[in-house]
Amino acid sequence: MNQPASAYFIEDRHDPNETHTLSVLVQNEPGVLARVIGLFSGRGYNIESLTVSETESQKHLSRITIVTTGTPMVIEQIKHQLDRMIPVYRVVDMTLTRRSIERELAMVKVRGQGEHRVEALRLADAFRARVIDATTESFVFEITGNTDKINQFIDLMRPIGLVEVSRTGVAAIGRGPEGM
Amino acid sequence: MTEKSHDPNQMTGAAMIVRALIDHGVTDIFGYPGGAVLPIYDEIFQQSEVQHILVRHEQGAGHAAEGYARSTGKPGVVLVTSGPGATNMVTPLTDALMDSIPLVCITGQVPTHLIGNDAFQECDTVGITRPCTKHNWLVRDVNDLAKVLHEAFYVATSGRPGPVLVDVPKDVQFATGTYHPPRKSDVHVSYAPRVKGDATQIRKAVALLANAKRPVIYSGGGVINSGPEASKLLRELVEVTGFPITSTLMGLGAYPASGKNWLGMLGMHGTYEANMTMHDCDVMLCVGARFDDRITGRVDAFSPGSKKIHIDIDPSSINKNIRVDIPIIGDCGNILGDILQVFKAEARKPDIKQWWQQIAQWRARNSLFYKKNNDIILPQHAIQRLFELTRGKDTYITTEVGQHQMWAAQFFGFEEPHRWMTSGGLGTMGYGLPAAVGVQVAHPDSLVIDIAGDASVQMTIQEMSTAVQYELPIKIFILNNQYMGMVRQWQQLLHGNRLSHSYSEALPDFVKLAEAYGCVGIQALKPADLDGAIKEMIAVKRPVIFDCRVAALENCFPMIPSGKAHNEMLLPEQANDEATATAFAGGKALV
Ligand SMILES: Cc1ncc(C[n+]2csc(CCOP(=O)(O)OP(=O)(O)O)c2C)c(N)n1
Ligand SMILES: [Mg+2]
Repeated sequence: MNQPASAYFIEDRHDPNETHTLSVLVQNEPGVLARVIGLFSGRGYNIESLTVSETESQKHLSRITIVTTGTPMVIEQIKHQLDRMIPVYRVVDMTLTRRSIERELAMVKVRGQGEHRVEALRLADAFRARVIDATTESFVFEITGNTDKINQFIDLMRPIGLVEVSRTGVAAIGRGPEGM
Repeated sequence: MTEKSHDPNQMTGAAMIVRALIDHGVTDIFGYPGGAVLPIYDEIFQQSEVQHILVRHEQGAGHAAEGYARSTGKPGVVLVTSGPGATNMVTPLTDALMDSIPLVCITGQVPTHLIGNDAFQECDTVGITRPCTKHNWLVRDVNDLAKVLHEAFYVATSGRPGPVLVDVPKDVQFATGTYHPPRKSDVHVSYAPRVKGDATQIRKAVALLANAKRPVIYSGGGVINSGPEASKLLRELVEVTGFPITSTLMGLGAYPASGKNWLGMLGMHGTYEANMTMHDCDVMLCVGARFDDRITGRVDAFSPGSKKIHIDIDPSSINKNIRVDIPIIGDCGNILGDILQVFKAEARKPDIKQWWQQIAQWRARNSLFYKKNNDIILPQHAIQRLFELTRGKDTYITTEVGQHQMWAAQFFGFEEPHRWMTSGGLGTMGYGLPAAVGVQVAHPDSLVIDIAGDASVQMTIQEMSTAVQYELPIKIFILNNQYMGMVRQWQQLLHGNRLSHSYSEALPDFVKLAEAYGCVGIQALKPADLDGAIKEMIAVKRPVIFDCRVAALENCFPMIPSGKAHNEMLLPEQANDEATATAFAGGKALV
């Protein structure tokens, strides 16, 4: 294609995207989440999922789990950019360790009557989802699992009468005795 | 009175700030007062260890502090008020972040109980400056202030240097608390920049260097930031290996321009020999540079046949734009020292005679050629004369941004590091004049010259008043082409010569302007006047604005055109209308 005249090299990057889950251990101080999110928006990185919570209150440590997509070069950049922030202790690429467990929790509201109710309960049972609220015409299910499983459950609930979903985003942890 | 009040470490937040400056060896700060910093100004008034330079606009304070930092290796310190004082600092903070300049900026903030209320002169300073600082802090408790200030100095100056900001609400400045001198535990445990290079990587690098047939060293601002020792080691490495060396805009002076292995600057307006050497080399040693787009040109055609070694203190610089083979993380002075040691012990100078012959052919193209003219001063000639007439003097050069900046980089030969202050990463017009103020504060007896453009200089011209107030004899050497020359050049080359808003209409009379400020105005209209006028400028021990009238339509060459590779440069002698039209063919794009 004819490139427009510019002193910049305007390039299409063709490398395929990968999805990675990053665990980031940070000092829990004001603005730290804004720093992390600002990094992603400022540099044009994707956030597919983000969860954050204090995990060690005495040491004021929080753990942020980020699911992101990008070319391998971009993923490497993201990790380095996170790592060089002052309040960041560690960045671990859970996808590269291949030894991590990922879980998400979702609450799924379904509305329906008769045959639909029975079908919803049957599917919930198959997915080990629990009923945490019920009325004569609705259920709220609680389901835990990896992202694929939850997506699948939601897809199955859609024709039955899906009303809304609230998801926590992905949390991840490594297998075995070691911490991150 | 309580017993505590006899404790010398009990003091107000405002006093702590001044005390911390003294404890960090700060002798000069640049600032501008306002409601939210009055307690600090009150403390400054009552002491004499820290000199405060009153600027005329906060942006000026920021760039002055940058010039001060760059020319001394010490952090530059800025003190400004909340709201507009803080927002005026956004440009210099961003500039310092891009060029890795250590700055400590202290801003006043509205009292803590008013934060979030849209109080008078309130703004979310830490929010606004988060992306343009290396780190920033809002201090809500006076007892945290000492720790934060000490950490701020450490973060600004360690690892990859950069700007930091400490936002101090007015009630915290008034409150009394406990100060402590700097100590190790003031710093986040999570912040530990790596300085020592990995020994295995260093060995691999030396093996590559020792077997190179067509090597090149490409150095950058990191060598300057690392301190004078790094430049010394770089020179020694060039000596020991016999390799050719080029540098980025930010790295000029680390290796002397008169050195026999010097290829000149590389990149968009670099020399033909530097860019060709980069393109055809088989081993590239990149020291403290970051493969920025102005350096690489087209990335997929960048030095395609070479193995690349990259020394950088910031791991995020590695593989960001260009994949490298041997990354070495750490301080470049440290690593250069290790490389030298291993090289001297285990390797011999490789025979690269053929490579030098090839380079000599590229050099013979004389890519910085320009046609002399007896009637009009050519900007290149003006810089060359300025360089010749200041040779051997204790000179510091700052610049604005545009063609004049590139000509200064091409034609002014730098022999030492820390002598060249320019806005490289952000390209901030208006940088050079206040930067010269800062340099002159640090080096009162030196010759400090801002090589300026007619458009850029108007962005921060008000700092002439600062120069006059503090008797800082800075020289503003304006290459007055009556255009935003660099914009005009791009419009000519890329946009069908439609010169949209790039003409400097209604320029002030710079000589009269100089006089209005109480400094000296000098004008040169003809080549024959030039030397005399420059000598006069150097002789005057007062601030000078020098209006050097140069050819209006001169273009800056050589140039790597749109999305082209290093070996597709446009040289001055080829730059006739037809060749430029072909080289820059295509539509239009935003830049
Ligand atoms: C603050 C700022 N605004 C706009 C630009 C874009 N820009 C780059 S060079 C230039 C023209 C500079 O003109 P002048 O100072 O006269 O220098 P010359 O190129 O003529 O030497 C402009 C507008 C910039 N770099 N900085
Ligand atoms: Mg101009």
